[in-house]
Formats: sequence, C-alpha cells, structure tokens
Amino acid sequence: MTKLTPVLSAHWDEKDSFTIDAYKRHGGYEASKKALAMDPDAVIQLIKDSGLRGRGGAGFPTGMKWGFIPQGDDKDHYLVVNADESEPGTCKDMPLLMANPHVLVEGCIIASHAIRAKKAFIYIRGEVTHVVRRLNQAIEDAYKAGHLGNGFDLVLHVGAGAYICGEETALLDSLEGFRGQPRLRPPFPAIAGLYARPTVVNNVESISAVPAIIANGAEWYQSMGTEKSKGATLYSLSGHVKNPGQFEAPLGITLREILELAGGVRAGHKLKFWTPGGSSTPIFTDAHLDTPLDYEGVAAAGSMLGTKALQIFDETTCVVRAVLRWTEFYKHESCGKCTPCREGTWWLVQILRDLEAGKGTEADLEKLLDLCDNIMGRSFCALGDGATSPITSSIKYFRDEYIAHLTNGGCPFDSTKSTLFAGVNA
Amino acid sequence: MAFTTEELSTMDSIIKRYPRSRSAIMPLLHFVQSRAGYVTNEGIEKIAELLSIETAEVSAVATFYTQYKRKPVGEYHVGVCTNTLCAVMGGDAIFASLKEHLGIENDGVTADGKVSLEHIECNAACDYAPVVMANWEFYDNQTVESAKSLVDGARAGNPPAPTRGPNKLVTWKEASAVLAGLNDGRAHEGVQAGEPSLLGLKLSKEGK
Ligand SMILES: Cc1cc2nc3c(=O)[nH]c(=O)nc-3n(C[C@H](O)[C@H](O)[C@H](O)COP(=O)(O)O)c2cc1C
Ligand code: SF4
Ligand code: FES
Repeated sequence: MTKLTPVLSAHWDEKDSFTIDAYKRHGGYEASKKALAMDPDAVIQLIKDSGLRGRGGAGFPTGMKWGFIPQGDDKDHYLVVNADESEPGTCKDMPLLMANPHVLVEGCIIASHAIRAKKAFIYIRGEVTHVVRRLNQAIEDAYKAGHLGNGFDLVLHVGAGAYICGEETALLDSLEGFRGQPRLRPPFPAIAGLYARPTVVNNVESISAVPAIIANGAEWYQSMGTEKSKGATLYSLSGHVKNPGQFEAPLGITLREILELAGGVRAGHKLKFWTPGGSSTPIFTDAHLDTPLDYEGVAAAGSMLGTKALQIFDETTCVVRAVLRWTEFYKHESCGKCTPCREGTWWLVQILRDLEAGKGTEADLEKLLDLCDNIMGRSFCALGDGATSPITSSIKYFRDEYIAHLTNGGCPFDSTKSTLFAGVNA
Repeated sequence: MAFTTEELSTMDSIIKRYPRSRSAIMPLLHFVQSRAGYVTNEGIEKIAELLSIETAEVSAVATFYTQYKRKPVGEYHVGVCTNTLCAVMGGDAIFASLKEHLGIENDGVTADGKVSLEHIECNAACDYAPVVMANWEFYDNQTVESAKSLVDGARAGNPPAPTRGPNKLVTWKEASAVLAGLNDGRAHEGVQAGEPSLLGLKLSKEGK
C-alpha cells in the first residue's frame, strides 16, 4: 500500500495556515534564503536533478524548461505562474493557494532567481474571490517582510473567465491585454514570451514544489515516485465516492489505493468510468483501477496523467450525458481562432444532442469519430485535441450505451439517482 | 458616471503594476465593474483614454471574457456549476429549481435587482460538488434547499456566509474591487481549508 506524503499540504490543517507567521513557523522563506545564495545555474541543476515535472498537464521537466532561457542576453526575463486552473475536474491549485499562498510566493522568488527574472506574474482565474484575497495579502506581507521588493517584483493578475487562457500562449496574450488566443509556436515562450522576452510559464503546483526541493535536496525528492515520474503530487478525487478530497502521494499510486483511502465508491454503487487527469484526458473504466498514476503508466494505458483530476462516476451516470456536457464546455470555450475546433466542436454538440435524445442513427457514431479525427492533431492548440478525448474514449468503452439511447428513443437513465442528494430534493 | 480623483489615482496605480500599460486592461475592467456594477461605455472610454488605445480595442477584450458584464447583474450574482461532475451530482437540479424559484432564466436578474443567475463551468472545487458561487465566493456541497435559502437570504439583504470565504458575502461591486487587485482586508477571514482539502493529510496522520 502506497503511503501518503503530504508536503505541499503538510500544514493545511493549522488554523490561519495562510499567514506569513504560520508559513515561517515551518521554515518558510528559509529555502529562498538558501537559493539566493546559490549560483542560478546550480539552482536549475538541482531542480533538474530532482526530476520535478510540470504539474499543469503536460509533465514537461521543470529544470529543463528553466534551462532553455538564454543567459547573458541583456534582456528582461519573466516568470509567469499559471494559476488559471479551469480544466474540468481540476481542483488542487485553488485549495493550495487558499491554505498556503506563501509557498507559491517563495517558489516564485527561487524560480526567478534561477532564470534571472526581475519580475514575475501570477495569472489566476477570476472566479475565485477569496483565493485572490489570500494571494494578494500574501504578496503584500512578503513585501512588508522584505522577501519581495529590492529588485524583484511579483504581480498578481486576475483573469476574467476564459478556459483557453490556461493555454500558456493564450495566457501571455491575455496578460498583455489582448483577447486570449493561442500564439503560433515557434518561437516558444522561452525565446519570445511575455512582451516578446524570454519567459518561463509554470503551473502553481510546479513552482510551489520548489521550496521543499531546495530545502530537502534533489535526492529526497527523487526518493519518491517511480523511475521517470519523481516526487509527490496532489491527486484530486471527486464525484461518486464516499469521501472526496485531496491526496498528496508519490507518483505511481493507483486509483484502487486512493479509493480505498476515500472509503470507496459511494455506498451501494460501483465504479463505471473516471478521468485520470481532467476532462481532456481519455476516460478510464474499472479495468484501469491498477494503472500506476504516473506519466508513463497512464500514457501506456491510453490516456494522460494530465492534472491528476480523478473524477469518479458510478453506474447511475449516463456516459452520453457526461460526454455531451463536456463537449458543450469545449464548444463554449473554443476561442474561435481555428476552423477545426470552432466549427468542429459545434457539430460535435449537435450530433451528441441528437444521440442523447435518441434521435440519431448508428451512423452518427461514425460521423462523430470522423469529426474527432479531423479535429485531433489538426487544431491550432491542445484545446481542440482535448475536446475529442471524452468522445473517442467513451465510444471505445461504451458504444452499447450510445446505441441504447437510439433503441430506447432517449436516455435510459434516471438522472435523479446520480445526485448527491439522490433524488430526495430533486 | 464621472470618475473621481481618487478613482483615477487608483486606476493609475493599477497601470503602474505593469511594464507595459496595455496589460492593465483586465484589472481596469474589473475596477470599472466595481464602480458601475458592469462595464459601462464611459468605463471603456476612460480605459481607452488612459491606455492610449482605441475604444474598440477595449471592447474587444471586454466581450471576450465572460466575467465582464455589458449590462447590470444583481447585487448578488449567483453561478451554479453545471459542468459534468457538478451537473451529475445535483447542479442541474439546483439550476433548474433556482430558475423556477426566482422566475428568471440563465443570465436573468430579479426585478428588485438583488439576484442574477448564470450557469457556470467547473470552478476548481469538484471535491465539494455540487458547487454554487455567489459573487465568486464558494458555496460548497449545495442542495436545492440550501441554494434556495442562499438566494432568499440575498434578496432579503442577509445572505448566508460562504463556506470557504469571508465571514460575510460581499456585494458584486465589492467583489469586483478585489478582482481588480484591491485589498478589502478580509483575507484572514474564514477557514484555511475545507474538510475534503484536508482528507489526505488527516489520513496520513493516522498512518495511512
Ligand atoms: C486549453 C488548455 C488549458 C490549460 N489550462 C491550464 C491551467 O489552467 N493551468 C496550468 O497550469 N496549465 C494549463 N495548461 C497547460 C499550459 O499550457 C502549460 O503547459 C503549463 O502551464 C506549463 O506549466 P508546467 O510545465 O509547470 O506544467 C492548459 C493547456 C491547454 C491546452
Ligand atoms: S484549437 Fe480551439 S481554442 Fe485552440 S486555437 Fe483553435 S479554436 Fe482556439
Ligand atoms: S465540476 Fe463543478 S466545480 Fe468542478
């Protein structure tokens, strides 16, 4: 049985854990002191050695990303933290920032030193007023305590409700004051990012992992996780389980283990399908309970670790309804820049609506797959690819259920049975 | 609505956060909403003037993002998460019953101007599903009944406090000021985390 390893979440149970005093009680701002005394390249090397990989979805090695920033180029460099957290199912960065915003502030200090940035931005989604308060206060308090200022500035930038702004180049356009639409790459942000200057974009959890790695060393971090997926990470369990919540564990833990910790699927029900890393990652079924939840293990089983957003659905849930709702999300959030995604997601929704209502024919399933084929890999950014994941994976595992809607002339499920209040109030 | 000297100086300080002034569009739009309740034409004109860009460029940004409203919303803007997980867990039922209870549709405002309603996408709180947001504060683990008492309280001027948020639900305008980056002094209020956020930590302390 894999043991839980709370690092980021270690002190969340202390009242007022979000204050600078609470953070300092546990060695807060000692790691940045240590890092600032190190050569920037040595900091980058240490993060490379630790094996830390990006926690925003793609799992790109963090130290390597920092190493791409040109040195001695006399240009301004920027660190931009991606706190947009909008991938459906993903709910780790917001509780982290609510309970311990200072760990991100300290991570920013260290990362900016490593990449020689004098200014960093945190781009946070706009729909979280209290998280914004906590982070803003943390930054103010870090200035007052002298951890910020003196040549390094940290600015909080609040978004305004657009999932696409989590895509790193759309985020940069948004931060520059434009509509958030992805940019053509190359040039990559490391060469021409914010204001066309060398820029590192990292997820909240990636940067927040840095202070502990500096404090405890690369070997310590390496000692957790699997061969190519090192360290511990936040797994977010939601949906039809007895006790949903956050589980910080070494990479490679399985859903079976996490479910056991959570008291299992809600009483009297059984697992039907789940997402390993948010709605953009192909769904899994109970056949994948023992898949190691690391980057390689999930990929080998045909999905992606993504954001480790484990959304659990039991047998009361209609998979067609679930997929339609996700598809409506992608259609709504498509930025409109490229045709395959803008038009494609619109058609996907039309066909799925008909299928849910029992109005289509079996040939529509082939049409759906054909459309997905034309969107996947042909869209300008990964939003389009992500939109196809729920559809193709659900048809793979649950084709019969689509057909049942057709033979039944509509949805065979009673949606009240899936609610948390199981039909009592519905 | 003319801007006061104090407001202009706040707007100036927002612009100064950035190496390039245009980056201030988003916080300035939040700031305009904190004064007028929505993005007014005067607000757009003022932002364009301050940033030396065209009003069309400011409008193009304002219309791209769903949190910027081009017409007034309620003093308490209520968003029901109907993304897949919340929808399945009860969000659809909550949204349907609030529409009926308030007699308004999606994006509607009650006649007294107190409450507006919108269905929203995943709000990064799925372990607290079904989730309702009011002025973008968290109301976790909602039921049809709890959501109704939230809007009833809001209409009567005493909404219940958020589950994870300040001790009191602030108004739409006040929340917009926070999103513009202004400190309302309430960061220390409320819990540091809810139970689901602490579950793994608790189990680990039990040796798991
Ligand atoms: C549509 C879309 C939405 C994304 N949303 C987020 C997000 O909310 N937060 C995040 O950190 N990364 C998000 N990403 C991934 C980012 O583009 C980027 O890879 C990431 O921020 C890099 O940080 P990391 O290397 O630390 O993981 C998104 C990507 C896409 C295509
Ligand atoms: S794939 Fe979708 S979100 Fe990405 S650029 Fe194209 S239209 Fe925009
Ligand atoms: S689906 Fe509602 S908060 Fe994530």
